[in-house]
Amino acid sequence: MVKVRDVCRHIRSKQAGPYWVTFDIFFDGPESYRKYHASTALSSDLFARLYGTNADMVKTIPVEDLCMVKISYPRATPQGGMEERDMHSGQQYVRLLDVELI
Amino acid sequence: MNDRFAEGIKVIVPCGSLGAGVREEEIAYGLARGAHAIASDAGSTDSGAAYLALGKSKNNRGAVKRDLTILMKAHAKTGIPILIGTSGQAGGDLNLEWTRDIVVEVAAELGISPKVALLHSEQDKETVKRLNAAGRIRPLPPLGALDEATIDECDHIVAVMGVEPFVAALEAGADIVLGGRTTDPAVLASYPIWKGAPWGPAWHAGKTGECGAQCAEGRDGAGVLLTVRSDGFEVEPLSDHNRCSPHSVSAHMLYENTDPYRLTEPGGIVNVTQASYVQSDQRTVKVTGSQWEPKPYTMKLEGAGGGRFQTLMLVGVQDPDVLADVDGFHDKLLAALYERTRSTIPADELGDFHISLRMYGWNAVSGRPLPEGTPPPPEIGMLFVSTAATQEVANAIAHACNPYFFHYPADMEKELPSYGFAFTPADVPRGRIYEFKLNHVVEVDDPLELVRIEWVDLGEARKSETREVAHG
Repeated sequence: MVKVRDVCRHIRSKQAGPYWVTFDIFFDGPESYRKYHASTALSSDLFARLYGTNADMVKTIPVEDLCMVKISYPRATPQGGMEERDMHSGQQYVRLLDVELI
Repeated sequence: MNDRFAEGIKVIVPCGSLGAGVREEEIAYGLARGAHAIASDAGSTDSGAAYLALGKSKNNRGAVKRDLTILMKAHAKTGIPILIGTSGQAGGDLNLEWTRDIVVEVAAELGISPKVALLHSEQDKETVKRLNAAGRIRPLPPLGALDEATIDECDHIVAVMGVEPFVAALEAGADIVLGGRTTDPAVLASYPIWKGAPWGPAWHAGKTGECGAQCAEGRDGAGVLLTVRSDGFEVEPLSDHNRCSPHSVSAHMLYENTDPYRLTEPGGIVNVTQASYVQSDQRTVKVTGSQWEPKPYTMKLEGAGGGRFQTLMLVGVQDPDVLADVDGFHDKLLAALYERTRSTIPADELGDFHISLRMYGWNAVSGRPLPEGTPPPPEIGMLFVSTAATQEVANAIAHACNPYFFHYPADMEKELPSYGFAFTPADVPRGRIYEFKLNHVVEVDDPLELVRIEWVDLGEARKSETREVAHG
């Protein structure tokens, strides 16, 4: 089974304003992009499960020219709040690395 | 665009954020290439709400003064204006005044008297309540409608400016414009727009250059030079060790946005769906096809306020019994700490409180269970965080928990272990939690409706400074 980390040259996460987290998932070429960017494994439900967000609010935008897909979700807890563990959301991508693509 | 701009309108973006480290040789390169203005932001919401709530800068004063000195020397030499957005990290009035004082100090040291404009975009609560009552404020997802209590919870509220206040200050003859809260692209786009550049390329150039050399490959440099023309814009790193490529430039549109094609800005949308990126020389990329779609004028409102208080303790743990079952230990200890707190502090004193344990070296960042079979780490740093209505109560909780946090055994049958405290006193009062409370947009009739332009009289400022020194 192919994992996200096997078919991507780079993945990053970052806050997009105080209320949103955004992932940039760069595939390792046009072939991987075509094959996996719309994989159901990367659906809104995955983000609801991994990050406790509302699946209906997850935004997914593929960028074909860059062979990447951008996925964003609203934070489940406030930035800098009582339970903050990652102010800039810079480490959130790690949970995606071992997601198995279908 | 008149003849002076036959080669395009050139803006030096000296760094990603004022105070990050401007390089003199890069400024010299930009000036030699005929730059017409210098523009940079000085902050954003990225590092959290504390900087707006407290009116403090994240960058230290020395670093900001150093950067401003280099830029103001360039201004003194060439007369080109300096535009700064989101002064002092958050762009509130206190942040703006902090930056103004540094500019005044540098001007005195350099013996220059530039005309300085301050763009205030901080809003008093009555104004925000009036606008809200008039139905002119709407929420942005994921927040809901604004109520008065939320406005009252804020320590400071700012409206995020577009290009127009900068254009107004330039029109009135400003040499240095210190903006309150401003969108990053706006501060870079404002000079070209003032000089008649098309809005699509000017705004897209502003977005591209917002983090300085981050839109280049290789990061051995701080800034970029933007050249806005009638048919598009070019971006070139200020350091000749760096180069821009179509990929590095187009990829920057992804940064800190949820939509890489359409950016909502005050008064319109930057639409780059049709943009094309071409390598125009070894280090420069030319971008054409960027569009600006005018919309009814709105500004984003950001409001931040302080909440409850926290106290920290940190121990290092290498005890093999703990490391053999970190999750089990976490759960047992956390339950014991809650019980200990409730049994030692009266409920009416304690109020609503919270304790968390974060196992650094295990799952502190995610807080999630690790896959079964994950091998034990060689050690963990266990962070204790208590949260309560006052600093005193947060401290009292830490004091109550201290013995357990120090000695709690993984195996109750064994003798008490002692974990590795790093500090004495063991507890660290952390202060308040700061959160953004507002993420709404307000409709305005005019881009300057919520902005006040103040001019700094450098002669007067110096006189009052002298008086303070004389009395101090």
